[in-house]
Amino acid sequence: MSEVNMNSEKSNRFAVAKKNRLKTMAEKFGPLLGLILLCLVLSILSPDFIKVRNIMNIANQSSINCLISMGMLLTILTAGIDLSVGSILALSTCIMGISIVNWHLNPFLGILICLVTGAFCGLMNGVLLTKLRLPHPFISTLAMKNVARGLALIITMASPISGFPKTIQYFGSGTIGPIPISFILVIFVCIGFYIFLNRTAQGRHIYALGGNKEAAQLSGVNVDRTLVVVYTICGLMAALAGIVMVGRVNSASPLGGLDFDLDAIAACIIGGTSFMGGVGTVGGTLIGAMIMAVLRNGLNLLGVSPDIQIVAIGLVIIGAVYVDVVRNQAAKKVKVVA
Amino acid sequence: MALPFIELKGVSKIFPGVIAIDNIDLDVYPGEILGLVGENGAGKSTLIKLLTGAHRHDLGQVLVEGKEVYIHGPKEAMSLGITAIYQELNIVKYLSVAENVYLGRELKNKGIPLINIKEMREKSAEILSELGQKIDPKLTISKLGMGQQQMVEIAKALSVKTKLLIMDEPTSSLSSKEVKELLRTIKELKQKGIAVIFISHRLDEIMEVCDRVTVMRDGKKVKTLTIQEVTREGLIRLMVGRDLANQFPKVASKIGEEALRIENYTIDNVFDNVSFKVHRGEILGLSGLVGAGRTEVARAIFGIDMKNKGTTYIYGKKVNIKSPKDAMSLGLAFLTEDRKGQGLVLDNTMAFNMNLASLNKCKTGMLLDPKKLREKTIENIKRLNINPPSDTFVVRKLSGGNQQKVVIAKWLNTHANIFIFDEPTRGIDVGAKVEVYNVMNELVMNGAAVIMISSELPEILGMSDHIIVMHEGKVTGEFKMNDANQENIMKAAAGGL
Repeated sequence: MSEVNMNSEKSNRFAVAKKNRLKTMAEKFGPLLGLILLCLVLSILSPDFIKVRNIMNIANQSSINCLISMGMLLTILTAGIDLSVGSILALSTCIMGISIVNWHLNPFLGILICLVTGAFCGLMNGVLLTKLRLPHPFISTLAMKNVARGLALIITMASPISGFPKTIQYFGSGTIGPIPISFILVIFVCIGFYIFLNRTAQGRHIYALGGNKEAAQLSGVNVDRTLVVVYTICGLMAALAGIVMVGRVNSASPLGGLDFDLDAIAACIIGGTSFMGGVGTVGGTLIGAMIMAVLRNGLNLLGVSPDIQIVAIGLVIIGAVYVDVVRNQAAKKVKVVA
Repeated sequence: MALPFIELKGVSKIFPGVIAIDNIDLDVYPGEILGLVGENGAGKSTLIKLLTGAHRHDLGQVLVEGKEVYIHGPKEAMSLGITAIYQELNIVKYLSVAENVYLGRELKNKGIPLINIKEMREKSAEILSELGQKIDPKLTISKLGMGQQQMVEIAKALSVKTKLLIMDEPTSSLSSKEVKELLRTIKELKQKGIAVIFISHRLDEIMEVCDRVTVMRDGKKVKTLTIQEVTREGLIRLMVGRDLANQFPKVASKIGEEALRIENYTIDNVFDNVSFKVHRGEILGLSGLVGAGRTEVARAIFGIDMKNKGTTYIYGKKVNIKSPKDAMSLGLAFLTEDRKGQGLVLDNTMAFNMNLASLNKCKTGMLLDPKKLREKTIENIKRLNINPPSDTFVVRKLSGGNQQKVVIAKWLNTHANIFIFDEPTRGIDVGAKVEVYNVMNELVMNGAAVIMISSELPEILGMSDHIIVMHEGKVTGEFKMNDANQENIMKAAAGGL
């Protein structure tokens, strides 16, 4: 190839590289722009929206979904899913309730028991998937969804447990200054997840596994172990979210956490996580969860009925993913170096 | 001469920032086979997409049978009689041959809207037998070999009255016997008056089957030649725009101690009693036809598939490799033949892919060090001359040669010293091939051992120090470089005597 040709080809390819960078920028900040836009519209429509008390209220309300979504993000990154987080939340909080309220154990020991229960359920999800070679996590976690919910109902004889000590309530309704403890917890968890996913080999392996399982395996990634770790963390996060919920309502219910799995999946998707695996970020997921919380809060302030709110969330999911589809199609058209 | 079936006059396709197709003139006559050659990225695929309606041309005219047309989509292309067959076949694995032939155009019973499977079977059998194929139309596609699957795809094209058949790298995953069969079939299509555009990296095939050859480079047509005017070297010169002084830049390296030895490797019904060894500083060529079991042996060495029998020695020490991770910790690297499926995380960046197998080498304390990772990536990009030189570029959008370089970088970063390259130059252009060979040279010069699995004889003969030939799971020949030639290797690859 002559020098001239080489150069023109290089500059062409540079142009593509530049475009690509712009696209990744859009990908990174697309959901954030959506959130900002939503906040702007709501603060115009309702003067109460922008008040500090309301903002903190949103932060508090979003925290449960945020925590569960982080765990869910890991499973979706591996091209999997976890349908059992709501049930795991119920089972682990009920066991915590029994230990603290009925057996009068130390609240911190109760918290530990709660987290261990959640992690154990997640571990089982991972083991069922990898050791029994169940074909898809949809199946193993669907089974766990039923088993954990059933166990929660059995051990509580289907009635909620209430009367938790101040220590527990602190997680759900305590504040430092105006900032809810629960949201501070979310921030710490997000930072932890960010470091885990971006700065540890295990975290990078999660992306590799979701992007191309076979290539990951042939590059020395222990696929089974990675999956077990992912589902264990997801269960653990459900239990952590459970502690926040019990702290807020001062009650552990065997029927708690219904639909939480779907909310978490929605947050991931709105935040730009790909269902095909390998693509998704902590920041995006956090924003996805915030968009859902802001939307619910705003519609409440505007006096819109909760039933309509559900419809709105559904439409946002379609909208968010459709934007993604359009963007990918546009990107395909730019693809030239075939 | 008669009217060309299709004629392109000054056709251009402009994408934002790049002219993919630049003022191309092209014509194909009924009953003619036109070869289309060029390096990856020369614009062949885009040109095909214009003809099949996946893209629309921005400038110029496209005439079909003398009338100007605008091809808006695949359906319209099909109604004009234009069909394309791609390297990756468009078939549904779990459906039968007949169902695939009539996919989307199922034959119905008269009066009732139900599929007439009997008629579909009869007609597909008819078309297949016209192609000289005895394939049972009731069979599920996945039970057929690659070559036969391709025949089904050709039958599918013929079932819609195709007048121009475009074949994009149809031979790249076929064994040489299947290739022969396919070339014979293409010649038959020509007899039927069908125009064919045949794209291949394998110039021998082009020379054998085509009437004329069009060479493309950087989106432009360089020249169209009749086959009588063409020589292999001339074509390469036109494709790359310069003389390739040496297609196989083999260097003499110092052959040292034994690096890897396998003994009596056996997986039942796959390969049987395979033994060989490779030394430091040596390139061992592993030759044979597709399906001879070479990749399978490599997979067993690397701990991907479990063998029934066999022992592995690394630097004379017996080892037990149970997973790719074990193999890597012993200094092995395995560059798979299926880059996209097994080598790369396509939707992630170059940096991600290059460092995937060596993350533990770029740590500060417990955490990965982004600065070290970035430096490593930039070093890789420079060393391997990867285009575009951007560490955040998504791998899916790279050309085949550059994708292969990313895979190479990934394994160079592991500091392995025994490399298995499986079809390392498949589907990449001539310039990039030489760069891949240079990497192998560099490796053996530095004392690494290389096993190169290749179905291309010139490559085996041009690069190896020692050659092992396999046939149906057995070693059927072993040659020192000086004793090896095309004939005795082919003989061994076909099963010996």
